Amino acid sequence: MTRHLRVDGPNHDDRLDHMAQGVIGQPLNRLEGPLKVTGRATYAAEARPEGMIYGVLVQAAIPAGKVLEIGDAPGALAVIQDKRMIRYGAQGMDEKGPTSGPNQVEYMGQAIALVVAETFEAARHAAQNLAIRYKAKTVPVNPEAVTPELPPKKQSAVGNVDKAMRKAAFCVDQVWHTPAQVAAAMEPHAAIAEWDGNSVTIRAGLQMLSSNRKQMADALGIRESRVRLLAPYVGGGFGSKLGINAEAVAAAIAARELGRPVMVAMTRQQVFDLAHRRSETRQRIRLACDADGHLSGIGHEALVSSLPGSEFSEPVTQATPFTYQAAHRQIVHAVARIHRSPAGSVRAPGEAVGVTVFECAMDELAEAAGIDPVDLRLKNIPDVEPTTERPFSSHKLAEALREGARRFGWADRRPTGQRVEGEWLIGMGMAAAVRVNMLVESRARVTLVQDGHAIVETDMTDIGTGTYTILGQLAAEMLGLPADRVEVRLGDTDFPPAAGSGGSFGAASSGNSVYLACEEIRSRIAKAMGCNEADLTLQDGMARAGNVVRSLAELVDGTITAEGHLEPGKTEKSHRQATWGSHWAEVAVNRWTGEVRVRRMMGVFACGRVLNEKTARSQCLGGMTFGIGIALTEAMEHDPRDGHAVSHDLAEYHIPTHADVPALEVHFLPERDAYVGPLQAKGLGELGICGAGAAVLNAIHNACGVRVRELPATPDRIIAGLDP
Amino acid sequence: MREFAFHRAASVADLPAGATIIAGGTNLLDLMKLEVMVPEALVDITRLPLDRAEPEGEDLRIGALVRNSDLAAHPTVRRDYPVLSRALLAGASGQLRNMATTGGNLMQRTRCPYFYDRRMACNKRDPGAGCSAIGGVTRNHAILGASDHCIATYPGDMAVALRALDAVVEIDGPRPRRVPLADFHLLPGDTPHVETVLQPGEIITAVILPAPVGGQQRYRKVRDRASYAFALVSVAAIIGMEGGRIAHAALAFGGVAHKPWRDPEAEALLMGREPSDALFHEAAEILLRPAQAQGENRFKIPLLRRTLLATLRDATGMETQA
Repeated sequence: MTRHLRVDGPNHDDRLDHMAQGVIGQPLNRLEGPLKVTGRATYAAEARPEGMIYGVLVQAAIPAGKVLEIGDAPGALAVIQDKRMIRYGAQGMDEKGPTSGPNQVEYMGQAIALVVAETFEAARHAAQNLAIRYKAKTVPVNPEAVTPELPPKKQSAVGNVDKAMRKAAFCVDQVWHTPAQVAAAMEPHAAIAEWDGNSVTIRAGLQMLSSNRKQMADALGIRESRVRLLAPYVGGGFGSKLGINAEAVAAAIAARELGRPVMVAMTRQQVFDLAHRRSETRQRIRLACDADGHLSGIGHEALVSSLPGSEFSEPVTQATPFTYQAAHRQIVHAVARIHRSPAGSVRAPGEAVGVTVFECAMDELAEAAGIDPVDLRLKNIPDVEPTTERPFSSHKLAEALREGARRFGWADRRPTGQRVEGEWLIGMGMAAAVRVNMLVESRARVTLVQDGHAIVETDMTDIGTGTYTILGQLAAEMLGLPADRVEVRLGDTDFPPAAGSGGSFGAASSGNSVYLACEEIRSRIAKAMGCNEADLTLQDGMARAGNVVRSLAELVDGTITAEGHLEPGKTEKSHRQATWGSHWAEVAVNRWTGEVRVRRMMGVFACGRVLNEKTARSQCLGGMTFGIGIALTEAMEHDPRDGHAVSHDLAEYHIPTHADVPALEVHFLPERDAYVGPLQAKGLGELGICGAGAAVLNAIHNACGVRVRELPATPDRIIAGLDP
Repeated sequence: MREFAFHRAASVADLPAGATIIAGGTNLLDLMKLEVMVPEALVDITRLPLDRAEPEGEDLRIGALVRNSDLAAHPTVRRDYPVLSRALLAGASGQLRNMATTGGNLMQRTRCPYFYDRRMACNKRDPGAGCSAIGGVTRNHAILGASDHCIATYPGDMAVALRALDAVVEIDGPRPRRVPLADFHLLPGDTPHVETVLQPGEIITAVILPAPVGGQQRYRKVRDRASYAFALVSVAAIIGMEGGRIAHAALAFGGVAHKPWRDPEAEALLMGREPSDALFHEAAEILLRPAQAQGENRFKIPLLRRTLLATLRDATGMETQA
């Protein structure tokens, strides 16, 4: 039996609040934690099927052109050049495989062949020493050096921002640059492919198995039913594993050709070359307001880059249309077609850099208008979504701002440059947090067993976020079982297809499908009890309705299995759905060297129902840490001549270290969003990133008066504005 | 990685001809995986009795195999040569410092990204091939002592402190000798692949620190994140004060040249003078007179000036008065 729900209207039932088990929301430890810290959770490259051999991707050493000939590889089993190999990874939710034909080179470092050998070392040695002949082509590699495309659907204008700027009492018109960034997941991309007859099983680091399976089948030219993907444990994705990538396709092709299981694991250098980067951005922001700080004009013009023909372009302005109101508004989205590594989704595509820069502009306007930055934001929160006039499904920005200001001690903030401790200038900054919310179709199967335990099965992934734990908690709550009586099985395309992990939609989408399956099981138990499902209480393996109490053993004949199927519906269009929050930072800036140290940082977030307070908090800690990275440390450098990724390892690509991250504080605002399904939960993974960097950058300004508009704010960019 | 022969040395004399020495391997192994270095044979010296730091008269003799973390924590070093402790702790990460050795650290190769990338021309890797860093991404490159053939920097921290301490490198081989650290590393000139005076068949056995000079000792490293990043610039400073005047000044600089940099003229200027911002600016002017930017590393010139100023203010007690 399948229980299906399309989210066409609100759900105000708060049902999970009325269940008896009391585990949902609890800060339970991760179910798989002990496996991970003892090395027993097998990641993609850790299986060892009998007879496995090793493939290493061969990479193009030209920015564009054609591969004419690849020489022999002494000591290797094979050099595989197959026209089905892909030039770059799929984007999230693609239904088809990405462009194949590796002989056409579109960027430096593209995979053009695979060398297979008995050992990884031998394969790598051979791959690094192949003689390759190319016909190279001259191509643009710098976004500022080409005339960008202006996709018509991505431009919008209401009123006249130029006019609003002319008439404004106060205004800001500045340009910011953010560099390319990479996901830098701890687990490099890897795959092990193994054929059985005409069917292939691929263990891989992937975020969204059901669409990955379609991509893989299309790339290999086989039926989807012939592809099984396994990703029970994924060591981080952050967007870089939304779609299949070159290593998994190459592993499958090689395993077929050589008749043995083949592993292809990327090196860190290859991940930096081949996995998606977040595009660098150039953002011009214009803000106009009246004497009281009410916005009259908002202009957000973004330039991003991607490979020619790529449909993805960093959605920088995604939150701009609905965060603040103004009569005159303009969005410009320009795409430079250049030959650098492929651009794609990385850690909150759009808002991560778009909200960050926009919130810096708001800080500049507050300063220009002489208004407290918190007040400026509070004055400009819309009642309904501007332009469309859709209602918000819920709106917690004002509360997040007020709560944050109170908790952080915002009232103690001093004017710019007035707090000095020895060599250090101290400042406080804040920013709003906002991220669009979405649901994605998702299915799960739940089986309740007579002995009082349950099994949840779905091809949903847990990429380090806590999916195992929250889905277990949900089933435990709905079925009245202790959390340790629920087994959760994920990451296998033999299970019902789920939303996958991406765009912050994973927990709510897959959670709703588990909820629905459990609701169906509850109905069946209610029937056996002779009561309405609504009158049924399940707790600790016992069913109760009125005066009747019976054990599950009496009510369940063997097992009850049900499937839950969630689809987004009308509320997707009828309401603007978003998550809200506020970021707060206190930094110290060294007056001589321009070094910045974050001393305190706090986030206040509203994401609907919190399913597990510990894993939710961890998501926010990670997001805020990424915010520190965006503000202070992270930049993927590309060579100006051939576009290749110059930062080549984690010593050179600077994600924040522990020493860069102070103790972070996270608070959740209680919220139930009625328009996002019966769970009333929204996405959270990315919200912690969106705007976090702005709080740091605004704090830098408060500390020392320097506005850094070219990120990250490394010492050189700070000293450029400091007194000699 | 290319296949290689492996030999474990039983004594300092037991070094097979042509073999590359490996100790902690923190840099060499990375370079071998990338095939930037392709030794045919490795000789592991970690079993040799070179892992002690002991007094030698008034000097301190540090065995080549003393680990960075052990040396940083050594009571004598902490008491008498604090600049060295600080420099060591500013380097790499805890895990790397637990492996890296004193001798190996002196042999650390540059972090120039073009040196690490075999697709790129590099005179260090392939003499005569050209330098693709020039005109490329040059954020971590040299502003002092570079050449048209190479603009790479020496990336380490320990050696910068050793340079300020006037350390001496003890070398064993066919012709045992002691070389001042000042002369151990070379500027790139037209032979950037030759980075030190160490010859094939030779081995670093120790680093000798001369008798303690006291004074205020500082190691100030400015980098792109708070830990585990190479220096944009660094300053090792030893400042002795007498009667409100600078009686002793030793300054060495990292992240700016192909070797730990020192400028006797800038030090001489400080001697016998009362500390002041004007004096420090004057010293910085002398130091930076020959500086030459390579595009985007232009910021290193003001950053080095500012870092020197901050370090001298701190070491001469000006900062606490402020």
